[in-house]
Amino acid sequence: MNEITIKELLYKIADDQLILGHRNSEWTGFGPLLEEDIAFSSMAQDKVGQSQAMYQLLHELGEAEPDTVAFMRNEDQFHNCQLTELPNGEYDFSLIRHFLFDFAYAIRFEMLANSSYEPLAKLSKKIQGELRYHTMHANTWIKQLGSATEESISRLQNSLNEAMPYSLGIFEPSPYEAELKSEGIFEGEEVLKEKWLAKITDVINQTQLQMPDISTLTPKYGGRKGKHTEHLQPLLDEMAEVFRIDPTADW
Amino acid sequence: MYGGGNTFESIKATGLENEDPIKLAEFEARIERGEKIEPHDWMPQLYRKQLIRMIEQHAHSEIIGALPEGTWITRAPGFKRKLALMAKVQDEVGHAQLLYGAAETLGKPREQMLDDLVSGKSKYSNIFNYPAFTWADSCFISWLVDAGAIVNQLANARGSYGPYCRALERICAEESFHLKYGHHCVIHLATGTEKQREMMQAAINRWWAPMMHFFGPADKASVHSEILMRWKVKMSSNDEQRNQFLDMYVPKIWELGFTIPDPKLGKNEATGKWEYTEPDWEEFKRVINGDGPCNAERLAVRRTAEERGRWVRQALLAPKTQYVAPLA
Repeated sequence: MNEITIKELLYKIADDQLILGHRNSEWTGFGPLLEEDIAFSSMAQDKVGQSQAMYQLLHELGEAEPDTVAFMRNEDQFHNCQLTELPNGEYDFSLIRHFLFDFAYAIRFEMLANSSYEPLAKLSKKIQGELRYHTMHANTWIKQLGSATEESISRLQNSLNEAMPYSLGIFEPSPYEAELKSEGIFEGEEVLKEKWLAKITDVINQTQLQMPDISTLTPKYGGRKGKHTEHLQPLLDEMAEVFRIDPTADW
Repeated sequence: MYGGGNTFESIKATGLENEDPIKLAEFEARIERGEKIEPHDWMPQLYRKQLIRMIEQHAHSEIIGALPEGTWITRAPGFKRKLALMAKVQDEVGHAQLLYGAAETLGKPREQMLDDLVSGKSKYSNIFNYPAFTWADSCFISWLVDAGAIVNQLANARGSYGPYCRALERICAEESFHLKYGHHCVIHLATGTEKQREMMQAAINRWWAPMMHFFGPADKASVHSEILMRWKVKMSSNDEQRNQFLDMYVPKIWELGFTIPDPKLGKNEATGKWEYTEPDWEEFKRVINGDGPCNAERLAVRRTAEERGRWVRQALLAPKTQYVAPLA
């Protein structure tokens, strides 16, 4: 088994979870309902915790400590997809992003639970259980707000249109697709994308929202190779503000 | 967190002359026997009003208190702190949810309470009108402001209104973890680098006056509240709570090698009471009446959150509502 292949896979998953977890935590104190502050905080804790566990797997493969990896890299060293780094915007955008992202990740972890790379398979089985609540939460809200008032429907539709090209960036092909597949580590981004499309289309069809025609969209790629929007570096600067005062100190 | 320092206004008219004297006597006897009053039980108007006011203030303090600490969630140094602080502030928002629920049992809807918060009609704990400049400030809040709140809440948990007491019992159990988290953070700063120690000392210097204000004006200057004490709405005096806090935490602060910016602070062994420089109560009044460093900012944030979330709440209220063009 080639370690570079595994590391590339682990880094993008860990970075996705960390950055979106961080964004979710920004809702604390600002949600449209107290219950949503609490829900987004729970999802943030799950995601940041999941990223830490992934960085730990990387550490066992010889990478630096999770804290160092998370708090000391700059944007070009991050492999998260651009969807995760976009600002929270209004609640409709955060909700749509959460819906699109968490369905993709619920399926990703379901696939990885059968990975030939044992440590990842074990961890994915555990995470799968947490993700079930995230998709349940997204589903409930998309179904409700996607069929409620004229305003809620049009807000969700606009956010869906805006987020869709970025969400296709989740599935940016890895340079190691063939190897991951032949070694039984991961079936690949294309398989994941097809499963995801079927799932989200099914939910969208139960609302008054229209599924955008993805064949006309250009996916926002680049994140996996360290190419990011202007929003990531400020997020990282904020995240590391205290840690970098003295990275050797014990906080 | 984050209750404590409830502000009670002087009761100009008790309205007790309009209450049924037999029911009133029965009500007072129940409280005297240590029974809890439940939402559907008879209660005097004044009791209902004062409780709504107190529980509502407490709930507001939880959500406003989440703001200065919340700023540090996205800046917390390292996974351990980041995860713990997220969970901690989430607890505080959860406490607000519990407390608004307890206040709603007395007949005031949550939406109305939140409207009164953003309009400035109802108060919240004064201490959150001060800014948290550094990570060490957030550690001070987690440890010592929470500690102060626990002193207040443990007392109130013995009060007479059932739903409030039950909410407080759950809240106090979570608070004890917050206190441990905060203490742990402060110990790390105290035993860390020179820079970390300086950060923590500066935070103590900044927060000491607001902390002394936290428990409210001195007993001799504060509003008479015998009736609230008798009805077990207010469970101990401001000075008693302040003294209890100083007794429990000043030695711990000194033990870590920090100083407290009050040369007069010390325990009088003869009386068992702490002596200190009288806090500036003029400043307290100024801040509580809206003129503190962060009052406007805190309320503006809350107001923005309320406004931005209105469409979500409306969509929940009327999921089937369709726009109908008027018939000209």
